[in-house]
Amino acid sequence: MAWQDGGVGTRILTVEDDERIRTAVKLALEDEGWTVDEAGSGEEAIELFARATPDVVLIDIMLPGMDGFELCRSLRRTSDVPIVMVTARNDTHDVVAGLEAGADDYLTKPFAPKELSARIRALLRRIRPISPGHAKLVFGDLEIVPDEGKVTRAGQELHLTKTEFRLLCELAQNPGRVFSRESLLDKVWGYDYFGDGRLVDVHVRRLRTKVEVDAANPRHVVTVRGLGYRLQS
Amino acid sequence: MTIAGGVPATEEAPPPDAPPAPRRRDRLAEALGRLQPRRLGLRTRILLMFSLGAVLLSGFLAAAAYSFTRSSVVNQRDKAGIVQAYRNAQVAQNELSTNNPSADAAVQRLQSLGVALFAVNYRGAWSASSAKYTSDDVPPALQTRVVVDAVASRMVTNVDGEPVLVVGIPLTVTDAAYFEFVPLDDASETLDSVLLSLLFAGFISTIAGAGLGALVASRAVRPLGDAAQAAKAIAGGRLDTRLEPTDDHDLRILANSFNDMASALQARVERDARFASDVSHELRSPLMTLAASVEVMKARRDEMPERAQAALDLLVGDVTRFQGLVEDLLEISRFDAGAIRLNMEELLVAEFVRHAVAVSSVPTTPVAVTERAEQVLIQGDRRRLARVVANLIDNARLHGGGDAEIAVTEPEGEGEPLGHIWIAIEDHGPGVPPEERHLIFERFARGAVAGRRSSSDGAGLGLALVDEHIRMHGGRIWVEDRLDGEPGARFVLELPAEELAP
Repeated sequence: MAWQDGGVGTRILTVEDDERIRTAVKLALEDEGWTVDEAGSGEEAIELFARATPDVVLIDIMLPGMDGFELCRSLRRTSDVPIVMVTARNDTHDVVAGLEAGADDYLTKPFAPKELSARIRALLRRIRPISPGHAKLVFGDLEIVPDEGKVTRAGQELHLTKTEFRLLCELAQNPGRVFSRESLLDKVWGYDYFGDGRLVDVHVRRLRTKVEVDAANPRHVVTVRGLGYRLQS
Repeated sequence: MTIAGGVPATEEAPPPDAPPAPRRRDRLAEALGRLQPRRLGLRTRILLMFSLGAVLLSGFLAAAAYSFTRSSVVNQRDKAGIVQAYRNAQVAQNELSTNNPSADAAVQRLQSLGVALFAVNYRGAWSASSAKYTSDDVPPALQTRVVVDAVASRMVTNVDGEPVLVVGIPLTVTDAAYFEFVPLDDASETLDSVLLSLLFAGFISTIAGAGLGALVASRAVRPLGDAAQAAKAIAGGRLDTRLEPTDDHDLRILANSFNDMASALQARVERDARFASDVSHELRSPLMTLAASVEVMKARRDEMPERAQAALDLLVGDVTRFQGLVEDLLEISRFDAGAIRLNMEELLVAEFVRHAVAVSSVPTTPVAVTERAEQVLIQGDRRRLARVVANLIDNARLHGGGDAEIAVTEPEGEGEPLGHIWIAIEDHGPGVPPEERHLIFERFARGAVAGRRSSSDGAGLGLALVDEHIRMHGGRIWVEDRLDGEPGARFVLELPAEELAP
């Protein structure tokens, strides 16, 4: 796990069809110290992604041709790169659809570039080592190796995105303890108390499709009604 | 009234320009107007009409039945009496035709046969069978007709106030006349009981008519009630409310035009809401460019000349304000379109308010919570309610002349069950005059309110959004004077709440 902690050298790919916005956002993000690549369409973004290997991708949902959701799904097939969706509407539909497509976080236009930087930094944050001596965490058939960013179920390696992996590690730090949505938002996404609980719910759902044998009847990542989530063997 | 030579005969005569006819018509109309139950409700009118109809119908039927019964009873009596009288008269005639005729013998003979009430006139002399009915009770007119004119005849008369049918039959061969009394009092008793039962039936049918009237009235008024309820629902924001289609073609007209109206209204409201929403979305893209560009310039503020810095500060401030306005506009258009879905969860109200204050524009705002309010839960959308609190803190900061204080209290007294919680924000501004207190929750409140309240910073949608949010949470908001009597406003949020079980 060798992604950097932000700052110079961290490459951001912004996918946005409006050239004026793209230019303004690029200027602002460069001020924050990131290296920015631009793409005006989904197709261009896929081509550039292969060449530039960005650390974070910023995708506007409304794109001509291949739309943001499709681009997101397409990138997810080959990469666990952190993806931030940009929506023009704060409607539940767009937000949830974006997260389901594999985005790690979302922002609503118009956002302050400083806010975007904060989100990106949170996504790039290195996972804190759990506790010394815990090289491997075992939950029944589930094994987590935090230092290697590796998760296996019944010996089979699972491919989690970085956000999914961090969510799982947070839950694994205190097995059996109930984590509220707010505390997970704070620890995984760096949001305050008033962050969007949907982020957690959608990511838990996605995590379950990977770590559970039957995602509809989760045995590891369990919902505690009205309180939050907990990890158990 | 006589009018001679065009000169009014009396002082009451109408003036020349007001001819009497219209005036009389006016008075008639006035009298009719007084009679017409115009001020009565439809339901009462239907009820009255049914009752009146029932009274008239049962009265008519009772009268007809009574007169029919009466004539039939009297007829029957009449016929029976006459037949009986003829038979008895034959007996008397036979007795009087013997060789030695005597009235007493005839009387005795008849009495032996069980005939009780009769009188016999034999050659001018009377003999009667009972003390009650004597020859004096035979009306003179009947005596004349029967005895003198020798014509069989009958007549109803009154003896001691009781009706009696007197049948007179001349016994011409023997120069005698036979009179029989047929008391009709039992017939009149029969008729009385018939009358009583008819009156009773009339009463019952009137009641039944009134009952039917009430039923019909409520059935007739029910569609109106449905329509009223639907109209209320539409007024309350449920624009997709429609009346049920009906088979009744009279009501179908009402239902169809009501539904057409509702559809037109809905289409219009939705178009307006969509327009506001589209405008806001269109504004977001240029705002995005503005926000990002301003950020870049802000980072180089120190490199700018002083005048450019001043201009940049203005730009930064208004881009932020513009952004807030577009967000508010978008939010309120979502309310108008009914597209707001609350993400409800259980919140400890005190903890929630402290968090909300901490992320607001004045995180140092003091929050006082009563002991009981510490243990109170509300159902709410955390993020939306936090915006409400933030908006009220902004409002106090902009218009409230400095620091505000927040108090979380229970409206109910000690020992009473808790149903609501109050989150009150008090400021030290000029307060809100009573006549403007409901206006400040309007969108872009205009007039005196706006003049006083909208400073350069005040986007005119904040309190309107607060109101919408609170109403969606089943609560209400109002503004009043500070409780301690000092100048300033006190905004109170009232939300449904419940106490945490101990």
